[in-house]
Amino acid sequence: MSGISFKQVCRHFGSGESRVLALDSISLDVNDEEFVAVVGPSGCGKTTLLRMVAGLDFPNIGEVCVDGRTVVGPGPDRAVVFQQFALFPWKNVRDNIAFGLECKRIGHAQIDASVKRYIDLMHLQGREFAYPHQLSGGMQQRVAIARSYALDPAVLLMDEPFGALDAQTRVIMQEELVRLRKNNKQTVLLITHSVEEAVYLADRVVVMTRRPGRVKTIIDVASVRDREKWNDCEHIEQVMDLPSFVHLRTMIWKILREQL
Amino acid sequence: MGEAGLTGHVRRYVLSAAGLCAFFAAWASASSFSQQTLLPGPTEVVRVFILLLFEPFAGSTLLKHFASSLLRFFGGFSLAVFIGVPLGLCAGWSRKFDVVFTPLFESVRFISPIAWVAFAALWFGTGIGGPLLIIFAGAFPPCVINAYRGARFVDERFVEAARTLGAGRIRVVFQVLLPASFPSIVAGLRVAAGMGWQSLVGAELIVASSGIGYLMVQAQGGVKTAIVMAGMAAIGLVGFLLDLTLRRAERMFFARN
Repeated sequence: MSGISFKQVCRHFGSGESRVLALDSISLDVNDEEFVAVVGPSGCGKTTLLRMVAGLDFPNIGEVCVDGRTVVGPGPDRAVVFQQFALFPWKNVRDNIAFGLECKRIGHAQIDASVKRYIDLMHLQGREFAYPHQLSGGMQQRVAIARSYALDPAVLLMDEPFGALDAQTRVIMQEELVRLRKNNKQTVLLITHSVEEAVYLADRVVVMTRRPGRVKTIIDVASVRDREKWNDCEHIEQVMDLPSFVHLRTMIWKILREQL
Repeated sequence: MGEAGLTGHVRRYVLSAAGLCAFFAAWASASSFSQQTLLPGPTEVVRVFILLLFEPFAGSTLLKHFASSLLRFFGGFSLAVFIGVPLGLCAGWSRKFDVVFTPLFESVRFISPIAWVAFAALWFGTGIGGPLLIIFAGAFPPCVINAYRGARFVDERFVEAARTLGAGRIRVVFQVLLPASFPSIVAGLRVAAGMGWQSLVGAELIVASSGIGYLMVQAQGGVKTAIVMAGMAAIGLVGFLLDLTLRRAERMFFARN
């Protein structure tokens, strides 16, 4: 069980006159193995939400729990895929992926096997010894995802992971994520500004208000997906053409537009 | 590269060569209007330079003077690197250390390396320690400052990524902060080498019994200005080569990052 729960979380930045309330009593539960996407206007504090689960930021009031325990710091049970990938430029692909495994102090043979598995899984064969700057944006993101997946984390946190990619690469990576998820069910919290991406990937979509960020609405996508058999479609554009998809997307857009 | 790029390259070389030629022409004509001892011409300096390679002056040949200069330089420079870089890194990573160390350093670093000559002579006489101290005084501040900057301005994302991947404090220092600071450290070494090399010659003018600076002082005493100029040329040439080497190293690191 590795659900995430936000309990009455408030977060403000600055002090005195310049104090800004970023998050206002957020309560939200992400169930074990559930995929939740958070959308909202920029500056609504959605990245801060994710950082709190990662243990990189902390609420002023309330608490964030993972697996029933209050988050007190970062840990390999909660992997983060950052917007700008944050690959170590001085390490090659193989060593970037191996980094988290080395922190776990497991045997070399086991590390090698695991690295190889994720290099194959993310189609990075032949680029093991390339450095990040020698790779395209899409390839870099594959490495970043492989680095997080290699730890086999219970919770996967993704902060606009495809925002820096071009449109075609983004579609490929989104499909890739769906493919990975078929074999490997994790609890996922995805921060995105793309409504389509949120509806395509998530079980539930959380829409936030503009600053101070509050939960505006939560939309259940999973029940529609199952009922309308989205998973029978092979490609993302087929799903996006379905009337049920278009309906959900438009509905979320309307709610979001009220916040702009 | 296209043809335009190639001709651009050629043009750059031609312009550089033209600049050098103009300089030498101006020097030669200025020297022809003055006494040879006041301003020896370029041909005379080159002649003396080649002569010094084979005939000893002030105790040894130019190459031997040069060797003893280089030995001192690497001694003082290495000391500055091995003490300065770790100090700078510690100040960059630890707030407490920063508060204790930085104000002290910030006031000491403005003292010119040559200002240490009195103590160099007092403590070490004409032994190796004197020039070493002065070179150290020149090379130390850039080592500290650049290591400090490198450590202080490491991209927070890398540290956060490492921590979320389960890295502890020690691993973050050695596998993230240190390699992330490396380009800045190498840039610091380049500046330090330049400063060290400049201070070396100053040091040898005063507290040494060999080396290029010493050779120049001896030549000055005998009003052999062509030899002084040959020494200056040697210093410039070696400094240029030193910088070129370090710039290569620097580019290697930057290419990877």
